[in-house]
Amino acid sequence: MKKYTDTGKNDTRSGFGAGLAELGRTNPNVVALCADLIGSLKMQEFIAENPERFFQIGIAEANMMGIAAGLTIGGKIPFTGTFANFSTGRVYDQIRQSIAYSDKNVKICASHAGLTLGEDGATHQILEDIGLMKMLPGMTVINPCDYNQTKAATIAIADHDGPVYLRFGRPKVANFTAADQTFEIGKAIMLNEGTDVTIVATGHLVWEALIAAENLENQGISAEVINIHTIKPLDETAILNSVKKTGCIVTAEEHNFLGGLGESVARTLAIQHPTPQEFVATQDTFGESGTPAQLMEKYGLNNKAIEKAVLKVIKRK
Amino acid sequence: MPTLQELQDVTVQTRRDILRMVHKVNSGHPGGSLGCAEFFVALYHEVMALKEGFDMDGDGEDLFFLSNGHISPVFYSVLARRGYFPIEELNTFRLINSRLQGHPTTHEGLPGVRIASGSLGQGMSVAIGAALAKKLNKDEHLIYSLHGDGELQEGQNWEAIMYAAGNKVDNLIATIDLNGQQIDGSTDAVLPMGDVKKKFEAFGWDVLDIKEGNSIEAILKGMQEAKNRTGKGKPVCILLHTIMGHGVDFMMHTHAWHGKAPNDEQLAVGLEQNPETLGDY
Repeated sequence: MKKYTDTGKNDTRSGFGAGLAELGRTNPNVVALCADLIGSLKMQEFIAENPERFFQIGIAEANMMGIAAGLTIGGKIPFTGTFANFSTGRVYDQIRQSIAYSDKNVKICASHAGLTLGEDGATHQILEDIGLMKMLPGMTVINPCDYNQTKAATIAIADHDGPVYLRFGRPKVANFTAADQTFEIGKAIMLNEGTDVTIVATGHLVWEALIAAENLENQGISAEVINIHTIKPLDETAILNSVKKTGCIVTAEEHNFLGGLGESVARTLAIQHPTPQEFVATQDTFGESGTPAQLMEKYGLNNKAIEKAVLKVIKRK
Repeated sequence: MPTLQELQDVTVQTRRDILRMVHKVNSGHPGGSLGCAEFFVALYHEVMALKEGFDMDGDGEDLFFLSNGHISPVFYSVLARRGYFPIEELNTFRLINSRLQGHPTTHEGLPGVRIASGSLGQGMSVAIGAALAKKLNKDEHLIYSLHGDGELQEGQNWEAIMYAAGNKVDNLIATIDLNGQQIDGSTDAVLPMGDVKKKFEAFGWDVLDIKEGNSIEAILKGMQEAKNRTGKGKPVCILLHTIMGHGVDFMMHTHAWHGKAPNDEQLAVGLEQNPETLGDY
């Protein structure tokens, strides 16, 4: 199996901060907005270098989304920053009418997505955001897997004309993708070729999928691992080509199984190539307080859960 | 520069357009549209500095945002007669495959519209964003917006009102259509809003009244005063005292025509009270 090396744990939100800082230097139209969470979103570097292009909105996320929509009129490319919960559910109608339906070029950047926010509990975690955002016509939904990829994705979305939801997290996780990568929206990345099962993972679950594949190899099972960083538009070709070879699939995400990556994959397969599928995702539940590792274990979102799902889906072939 | 008589002629024609548009499809919002006819005509034919043609960014011109999108009939009529799109297109209002959706939208590419509105309370934030973009672009043109008084019940407005004053967004003139009516009755009956002027002032805005909101002369005078007050560190709010349904006697002073179209007989009466000036579409 192809080897990947963790070059040092880092948080994906810092990848966002680094990408935003680079955009500040290279793209004069990029502006940033924050709803009283500068430190949590790692926006300090951009702000220090471009104070006139930063807008502190205060604890008023609805207003932030509207102001971002307005800033596009005049050619700005606004990046909004707050937690994923407050970037989606709290402001859904503002995003729907003023951004998505109005075709505004706003980049909604959401940290602390999923369970791995940890101790703050379910009020601040969100496991429904991918579903909420992918249902909006014209919205691109991206969930990169590590620091390097989040930085590359942040830079890439500035060149994409249209609304984007960029989802990332708080904990320090393995950083294993290339530092100099070019991020291509909607293009899945083949991490490991295999023949017995396809594992399609997004976000923090990609590294867990690689660990699971290694463990499975020791049991004589050849797992193909695909990093789906873009949930919408979905790289259907990559998924179909893989399952035509392996005959079964496991999807893995830090999100509810309703509305997430797994459902998008299931829809694609149901229409084009019905295939046995298992979902590694939360089971229509809220989160709770705990350490990220405890939560991922309890809610079945780690490499062991992926391994178990693979063994189950292979029997269904 | 148009004469007062010319502006009044456009206003009467706009009223006819509004009545005919909502009558044809038996839906839409004539009451608030009629009440704001003078304001829209003054804004688009006199007050705003506008370029020829339409581009979304609107660099080098004043911009207008309609927050209470349900009064789309008056918006569409004035945009069409100002040359943004063919006047005949008013015939397609609310019909399938039309650019003139029930509530304004950019989605169908209708020239003159820069944001979708209809779900209330969002326009002030958008106007602030556009005002901030103007400042970043060193464009000294102004941002105008219109909001219903009942619409102020939406909390997002107060986030925006607080932000605009706190951040000295002084290239913004936000007008509140103070007609005292909303769908379920008078604003005082539905949710008393107290002293709107004092509320805006307490948030740090420069507020002025246009007491005769259905007089073009009064609107022109008030808007000039509002323009004079921009660029002085405070956002400017105009309380435009209008009569809902103005210009059609049986539609005036009531919320009954908020979202109801006239029947054939009622249309005839309304049109008789507003004789054709510029030619019907």
